[in-house]
Amino acid sequence: MQYLLLIYENEAIMADRSPEARKKLFADYNAFSKSIVESGHFKAGDALQPTSTATTVRVRDGKQLVTDGPFAETREQLGGYYLVEAKDLDEARAIAARIPSAVTGSIEVRPIIAM
Amino acid sequence: MELGPFVSSLYREDAGKLLARLIRVFGGDFELAEEALHEAFEAALAAWARDGVPSSPGGWVLRTAQHKGIDRLRRARRLDALTRGVLAEDESLVPAPDESGLDPEVGYDDRLRLLFTCCNPALALEAQVALTLRTLSGLTTEAIARAFLVPVPTMAQRLVRAKQKIRLAKIPYRVPPKAELPERLDSVLAVVYLVFNEGYAATQGESLIRPELAEEAIRLGRLLCELMPERPEPLALLALMALHDARRAARLDAAGELVLLEDQDRALWDRAAIAEGTAALDRALALRGTGPYVVQAAIAALHAQAKTAAETDWRQITALYATWLQLSPSPIVALNHAVAVSMLLGPEAGLGLLARIAEEPAIRDYHLLHAARADLCRRAGRLAEAEGAYEAALSLAENDVERRYLTRRLGEIRGRG
Repeated sequence: MQYLLLIYENEAIMADRSPEARKKLFADYNAFSKSIVESGHFKAGDALQPTSTATTVRVRDGKQLVTDGPFAETREQLGGYYLVEAKDLDEARAIAARIPSAVTGSIEVRPIIAM
Repeated sequence: MELGPFVSSLYREDAGKLLARLIRVFGGDFELAEEALHEAFEAALAAWARDGVPSSPGGWVLRTAQHKGIDRLRRARRLDALTRGVLAEDESLVPAPDESGLDPEVGYDDRLRLLFTCCNPALALEAQVALTLRTLSGLTTEAIARAFLVPVPTMAQRLVRAKQKIRLAKIPYRVPPKAELPERLDSVLAVVYLVFNEGYAATQGESLIRPELAEEAIRLGRLLCELMPERPEPLALLALMALHDARRAARLDAAGELVLLEDQDRALWDRAAIAEGTAALDRALALRGTGPYVVQAAIAALHAQAKTAAETDWRQITALYATWLQLSPSPIVALNHAVAVSMLLGPEAGLGLLARIAEEPAIRDYHLLHAARADLCRRAGRLAEAEGAYEAALSLAENDVERRYLTRRLGEIRGRG
């Protein structure tokens, strides 16, 4: 069973971090990614540029409507994701809880529809 | 023998056990297990009227439900194959009937598995409660909706969503491994205690007590103790519930009005429930149980031991509340501690503590804070303050019985002033 772990963080707080804190977070993410690659849970994962770089696209009546910015303004913003293989939700939840941002932001765990 | 009532009582007693087993047989599929069990009970009515009741009725229902469920799976697979244009049917995906343990008496592990699955923290608390009562207790959706004062379609949808999430997000059907057990057991106990509390002191509505919920919670508590006899927490919770429920008959008078602990007719207390609760508490203590349930059960046991209100051991009770406050600091526990202190040292001591508690925003609008303050002011002879506090409590209370009690007290104060 595959789960998408969506990482939400407050971008403003992220941007205010000291260089040392940033370095530490980077190292924590590296160590975490390495550990789930080794345990066989890792399928994919990336960090995203901030929502200030986001573009939202809709097509209505065949016409493309483009807006600058994210789909919705929220207190915490999507900042990255992992796609993991886990045997059930309990295991996926345990992996999500180990993501470095889980202690400051929120991780949404979404099951992938098996095709 | 009347077959209808017999089948109903079999359902009431065994549905949880049978369902627990079927969910495991069908790989965690709640919906399939429920439908199969329902069909099997319907089939039982017809078959037993014709052939007589079999020697093991539970085993018969279980076997029949397994076959019904497997039939349903086969049918679904064939339809699936038909729509996909595939002819081959993979029989290996259909579980074989589980002939190993048709005796429903050995279904204990399954029920524990079911309880932990229903109480998985990935489900909302209200969904955990509803699912536990629906599956393990076999209560109807209508009965659960009535008990929690929500419309039946709302409750039905809550149950459907929870079962869907279990299936689609793959919430595992299992007892958690040892490392996670203490944390997960906490959430199971919280669900059982919530069911009990809603039965013991309904937050809303006409009646203060919903005995069917309190009884169901006690049944679940006994089950947990049976299933995990080596853990002190379920024993302590059972003790707590039994000791509180023992006072049920004395808590309301003939007119259905609230009677406070100090005014209750202690001859009406249920001695058997007190004995059960005390024995469970003793075992919890022997297993070196600590924690909030043990402390609360110990407080309830001290009340149960006092032959009259005047003989209550307030010194020990106050000490236990202080311990509880250390274990789980909360303004509600602090409120109870303050009331105990007032019984030991007088109303002024209690009022001093209450003034500090009232600064917490979380409890400012809690009707029992104002009711306690009103009561202490009344006992201290501060009648004007008591009146204001009773009015505040009345404006916040939502249960009709509690509202009538507060109105009565307010009338007495005004009569005296």
